[in-house]
Amino acid sequence: MKTYSEVFSGLRSQKRAAMIPFFVIGDPDFDVSLAVVETAIDAGADVLELGIPFSDPIADGPTIQRADIRAMNAGMNVGRALEFIRKVKAYRDIPIGLLMYYNLVSRYGASRFFSDFHQAGVNSVLVADLSIDDADEIVAPAASAGLDTVFMVTPNTAADRIGLIASRTTGFIYTVSVLGVTGSRESLSDAVEGLVGRLKQLTDVPVCVGFGISKPEHAAAVAEAGADGVIIGSKIVSLIENNLNDEEKMLADISTFLTEVKAAIGNAAHPRG
Amino acid sequence: MKYKGRFGDYGGFYVPEVLIPALEELEEAFYRFHEDEGFVAELAQLFRDYAGRPSPLYHAKRFSEHVGFKVYLKREDLLHGGAHKVNNTLGQGLLARHMGKTRLIAETGAGQHGLATAMIGALFGMQTKIFMGVTDVERQSVNVHKMRLCGAEVIGVEGGTGTLKDAINDALRYWTAHVGDTFYLFGTAGGPHPYPVIVKHFQSCIGTEARRQCLDQIGRLPDMVVACVGGGSNAIGIFSGFMDDRDVRLVGVEAGGEGLSTGRHAATLVAGQVGILHGAKVYLLQDEHGQVCDTESISAGLDYPGVGPEHCWLKDTGRAEYAAADDEDVLDAFELLTRTEGILPALESSHALAYICSLKGKLGPEQVVVVNLSGRGDKDVSIVESHRPVQQ
Repeated sequence: MKTYSEVFSGLRSQKRAAMIPFFVIGDPDFDVSLAVVETAIDAGADVLELGIPFSDPIADGPTIQRADIRAMNAGMNVGRALEFIRKVKAYRDIPIGLLMYYNLVSRYGASRFFSDFHQAGVNSVLVADLSIDDADEIVAPAASAGLDTVFMVTPNTAADRIGLIASRTTGFIYTVSVLGVTGSRESLSDAVEGLVGRLKQLTDVPVCVGFGISKPEHAAAVAEAGADGVIIGSKIVSLIENNLNDEEKMLADISTFLTEVKAAIGNAAHPRG
Repeated sequence: MKYKGRFGDYGGFYVPEVLIPALEELEEAFYRFHEDEGFVAELAQLFRDYAGRPSPLYHAKRFSEHVGFKVYLKREDLLHGGAHKVNNTLGQGLLARHMGKTRLIAETGAGQHGLATAMIGALFGMQTKIFMGVTDVERQSVNVHKMRLCGAEVIGVEGGTGTLKDAINDALRYWTAHVGDTFYLFGTAGGPHPYPVIVKHFQSCIGTEARRQCLDQIGRLPDMVVACVGGGSNAIGIFSGFMDDRDVRLVGVEAGGEGLSTGRHAATLVAGQVGILHGAKVYLLQDEHGQVCDTESISAGLDYPGVGPEHCWLKDTGRAEYAAADDEDVLDAFELLTRTEGILPALESSHALAYICSLKGKLGPEQVVVVNLSGRGDKDVSIVESHRPVQQ
């Protein structure tokens, strides 16, 4: 199974940041969602960030909330998400970061949850509503199942907490570029560059940036700020939503957009270059 | 955070990282001000002159005759705004002002907390936004209008079933993006730490007063204290005064909706399983996959699939008991109090009364039960009318 370190160290030697698209598993349904993810892989995704839909996603804006509802209405649940991951891994051995809310883990049983998803091919977990303060509840069971644990750093995270988060995070650090929930934004936050720089001084763990990245030039700017990866969520999810009645166009739009993003990242002047 | 905010294993602060600094700031401010002499004096004056505290403890004699034991009502319905909610909004509003915040946001179900927040927004001259599910906006239109009259912006929340849970989701999301100047005035004794501690603190005046009034007026403590539980703020407020009186039974009454067997209810403590919602580990109505269930209740204020963490702990330790009252029994109790005492109880509080009615024949004539009449029922008249048209 391909690891984060293989992917990120390979990209570092090429002086390039990873393109990490995010999808809600099962949006709008199992089969189309799988086709979407395969399209993203073909368009050059280096890592996948996949979310299990939840009834009360408090960290997500309206676009991903609606994706969650579509996926749940089409029958997605934790058990079927396992099946989905297996199918993705059968298509391509690509690292997968899993994103979910804590109640889904808690209900399934944390140890069983982590070991089942590791076996299905997941590399890391990020629990959206579990902060570093409660890391003990998941780090050990995730590690013993073979999973990395990803935590978030936000523009308002205090310096001493950044140190703590950097020291306890494995896989990669998920850096949130704006104050707020997920969702496309017109311009990129000025905070990104400083935040990435500070993290880079503190840790060798790859630093990936997400929230609000909706244009190829945003992705390029994040790469130029020194990030190891660029996570793009709501924008791609909106390409699904805008083409619910035309699967062919949906896949084409996603492919076109990610190809542009990939090129923009590739052309970005990476600071280590 | 300085404290873990746990009641046994319940509670905590399960929130996205971006909210941690705001909760830390709130915790620090609460512990700095809550026993500060100036803060306490200012709040005491507002309680007395603005809210109308202390609220009376009233011996409902004709209602008592009907059930066969002594029923005393803690008249929180007589407070300004018509419910106990003003205790908490005055306390948190004052805290917000001391913290230098200029904007208030709040969630609301029945509109009572929204109204109590809108009142305080007007009182303190703060810009106020109230998040309210669209279903609740429709069924509690009078309160929506009152909030707007106070100058608050009411934001209808479309997500989920358009009820309290969805309003909390959107208020949390809004707060995430505006943590700098905005104070989230949380309405119930739930949510992430430090809210359960803060809300209990500001609602504990109910229990403190009620205990003293029992000793003054009856000459002894009650046998039982009963309160309705949605998130559980009025219940924890009155329970807090009797927590150490081990002979006083504490009973919380949840929304049984159309009946527990139908699955259409909001009886979280009675029928839920432990999970994590809105920042806390609590009993939760959820399906086998961990998705949070839709709830059903005649009273918007109890229509919530979670509950405050301290109630979860009180249930497990046995210090408090929890029951559910169905919509039909709630309407019966509403009618009974109205007919026997001329007091219109809120449908939320009518759940506590319905439980009292179910004790008919089970308690002796000298036994004393205190009910927290947490709110008045004016807001519910049209709902009651639609279920039980008055026969002339």
